[in-house]
Amino acid sequence: MTMLSWRRLRALCIKETYQILRDPSSGIMAFILPMLLLVIFGYGINLDATSMRLGLCNESTGQPAAAFAAHLTGTPYFEIQAGTRPQLDALLADGTIRGYVLLASDFSRLVQNGPDPAPIQIVTDGTEPNIATFLAAFIHNTWAIWNESQARAQGLALAPGTDIQARYWYNPAAISRHYLIPGSITIIMTVIGAMLTSLVVAREWERGTMEALLSSPVTRAELLLSKLLPYFVLGMISMGIVAASAVFFMNVPFHGSIPALLLVTSLFLLSMLGLGLLISSAMRNQFDSAQTTLNIAFLPAVMLSGAFFVIDSMPAPIRAITYLLPPRYLVSSLQTIFLAGDIWTILLPNTLFLAGTSILFLLLTVRATRRRLDG
Amino acid sequence: MQAVAMEHVSKHFSGMTQPALNALSGTICSGIITGIAGPDGAGKTTMLRIMAGLLVPDTGTMTVLGHNPVTDSALLRHRIGYMPQKFGLYEDLSVLENLTLHADLRDVRGMARDKRFAELLSFTALAPFTSRLAGKLSGGMKQKLGLACALLGTPELLLLDEPGVGVDPISRRELWKMVQDLAGQGIAVVWSTSYLDEAEACHSVLLLSQGSLLFAGPPHDLTQRLAGRSQHVRGVTGRLRQSLTVMLRQPEVCDGTIQGRNLRIILKDATIRPDLAVLDSAGSPSWATVTPRFEDAFIDLLGGGPGGESALAQAMPMRTAQNKPLIVAENLTKMFGTFAATDNVSFAVRQGEIFGLLGPNGAGKSTTFKMMCGLLQPSSGKAEVLGIDLRRSPAQARQHLGYMAQKFSLYGKLTVRQNLHFFSGAYGLFGSRQRQAVDNMIHAFHLDPVLGSRTDDLSLGYKQRIALACATMHEPDILFLDEPTSGVDPITRREFWNHINAMVEKGVTIMVTTHFMDEAEYCDRIGLVYQGRLIALAPPDDLKSQTATQEIPDPTMEDAFIELIYQQAHI
Repeated sequence: MTMLSWRRLRALCIKETYQILRDPSSGIMAFILPMLLLVIFGYGINLDATSMRLGLCNESTGQPAAAFAAHLTGTPYFEIQAGTRPQLDALLADGTIRGYVLLASDFSRLVQNGPDPAPIQIVTDGTEPNIATFLAAFIHNTWAIWNESQARAQGLALAPGTDIQARYWYNPAAISRHYLIPGSITIIMTVIGAMLTSLVVAREWERGTMEALLSSPVTRAELLLSKLLPYFVLGMISMGIVAASAVFFMNVPFHGSIPALLLVTSLFLLSMLGLGLLISSAMRNQFDSAQTTLNIAFLPAVMLSGAFFVIDSMPAPIRAITYLLPPRYLVSSLQTIFLAGDIWTILLPNTLFLAGTSILFLLLTVRATRRRLDG
Repeated sequence: MQAVAMEHVSKHFSGMTQPALNALSGTICSGIITGIAGPDGAGKTTMLRIMAGLLVPDTGTMTVLGHNPVTDSALLRHRIGYMPQKFGLYEDLSVLENLTLHADLRDVRGMARDKRFAELLSFTALAPFTSRLAGKLSGGMKQKLGLACALLGTPELLLLDEPGVGVDPISRRELWKMVQDLAGQGIAVVWSTSYLDEAEACHSVLLLSQGSLLFAGPPHDLTQRLAGRSQHVRGVTGRLRQSLTVMLRQPEVCDGTIQGRNLRIILKDATIRPDLAVLDSAGSPSWATVTPRFEDAFIDLLGGGPGGESALAQAMPMRTAQNKPLIVAENLTKMFGTFAATDNVSFAVRQGEIFGLLGPNGAGKSTTFKMMCGLLQPSSGKAEVLGIDLRRSPAQARQHLGYMAQKFSLYGKLTVRQNLHFFSGAYGLFGSRQRQAVDNMIHAFHLDPVLGSRTDDLSLGYKQRIALACATMHEPDILFLDEPTSGVDPITRREFWNHINAMVEKGVTIMVTTHFMDEAEYCDRIGLVYQGRLIALAPPDDLKSQTATQEIPDPTMEDAFIELIYQQAHI
């Protein structure tokens, strides 16, 4: 009795391939969903600030107040809506504007009296803290720049201050799409690796085909490999398509090398395949499998991988958890490969961790896979 | 030659109160068909899986083809063919691809493969369909393909788990002939079934109930014990169901059912018959000894039937008499795409009648049924209940309907009491009427001991009883029962029919679907459904006498069904 018969393995892989090609749900998961995610993350979600709706309440008469209002309206970042305080309060309450700027009745007088800058009040919608913070910072900067130009115009000597000129390295234009794409590759590989495989195996249990397989001379190794190989190929094809469309259609830069990309993604995919098979060896119906993979694999990949939410701003305990999650290491590797290049000081530890988790999950899967229906 | 020997095999699954198999011993021989019979939950599948090496017994020894299926599993897998329930086919793969997969897995190749494929395809008559996807095959064809896949390695032991469930009677007969052929070639065939008429046709049978062995041996040996005790009471005029209730009250009677126009009575002692004068019948009823059936013997082994009383119906009010038919279907058609699930079906059911729809799975019984209770919109034709058009005001009609769906219509995570409470509320009962209704059901179905249990944890028999309780709490005038007794043990099945019979006596109208051929004989009239069409509609005895031939002078319901299908095909 051989552990592995190529004939049987080939037969199982052919069967799996037919199923992938003929069952619309695997096609949707492997090809339609990635493209959908790509479009959503590429165009739908945009963390860059342009045209935020802002209210302006100018209670001060006089030229300086009018000048500042004109300056604010002139920036490309805001769509200004003028009004009285009660009007703007109402607009803020129903979400029409994200915040407003209040120039108090003494604004013009304080500007003219100098030398200190005249204060302004910024009211923002705290229900969306990210946007509120952005908005406050933007207005504050605009105000500072305007004060500076005022002072210069009046020929006043400017108090020597530090001038900060931020330059975004590796993503010079600070386009959020560029770092969202590596995140979406991570999510796609999680979906194909963990969710699709666990569903496929659960379906075999539900339809009774697993029982038929187990009663045939198939060995455990063949059974496992027949699930790993086809879905590994499928996952890599899907990754390739997403990466290529990101680079060629969405102009995401690619500074690293293809071998590095293949290395990290295949290690990650293996660990997700292991996780998916591990889940399906415990759950034998599609509903439970979907629920479990959603919670164990998909949600952490979205929320705790650093793909969309910055890990450094998470509370310490949560940050600690992210160190245990493979997606975190893939996101970091992909962002490096795409935006910075093959920087092995970052890639090496990530690769080692991904290799470790894939070995761990695959070993656990081998242990959990039974040749029988019970223990 | 002995193929399988079991000694005190036990298996207990965690979380279950009862063992799935309880110290079972028995043998299975080569060259014959051995039936493993019993209701759902009796342990049939567990036993087959242990033989196939898929489960490990807790205690006891199992020897399959001279080997231990646990330690020598790799060796045995080449010698055992196993067809699980639902046939274990890949629906996305074609007939040939399914066969090729199993051939590769079982190392059948080259010339031997071509020869085996040709043999199996002609044997199963699947040759014209090799490129069709398995998911697109009919139930009968799936079953044959499943068998062909299990036969690829030329096994010495063939395990078939409920191969006959829900398949049309012609395919079932064909399969039976094929399997007999295989047994003739020296293969040991194991055929598990909950149909007792199938069990009766096996050469030898292991009869299971709740994990224990009730009987092992040729079925004839078991039925023989009842020689002279199975009787017909013929020539009863008037209300047959009342007469049955009266007979079941007699101390000499062990069990009884309605069979067409006769009463089928099992006596406790062949020599002591109750006096037929108790029937108070205008005609002159007489006794006639009939051949005992396997089901008679099964009930006898379980200690006799449950009697004929129905506390459920006793609590119900008498319905006012209605002259016009209560359920009317006229040219009813339901299309799913281009496929007619129900094709131009017409019938009318009077008050106090039991009307049965009999047919294999996929014939269109449930579709017709759902249109009659307003759950599905007909594509064309009329569906009327109590004179209310279901197309226009299904909600108004539904208040007068009770509907018991096929298995799993209860909330499994709720307790029995919570289910009763919920369903009575859903039918608009509240306050003291609701409490009264729930109490009645608890009393009628003896639910006291399980009130606090979750319905998921109960046996199928209990679940079906509670489902019936939930469907009748609002005292409906019409009751729709969709396969109410498939898979339950024969005692529970008797109880069900007691309730049904007694409710009919109160003027309730019943429409029921079944794929049990013998159960159809409890109905006043039956409609045979085949491929969406109603191919015959008559009282069961008429259907049987219509189809009597010289070769089969006294056909069974299944004979009649098959004959009627052939007659249709010739027209």
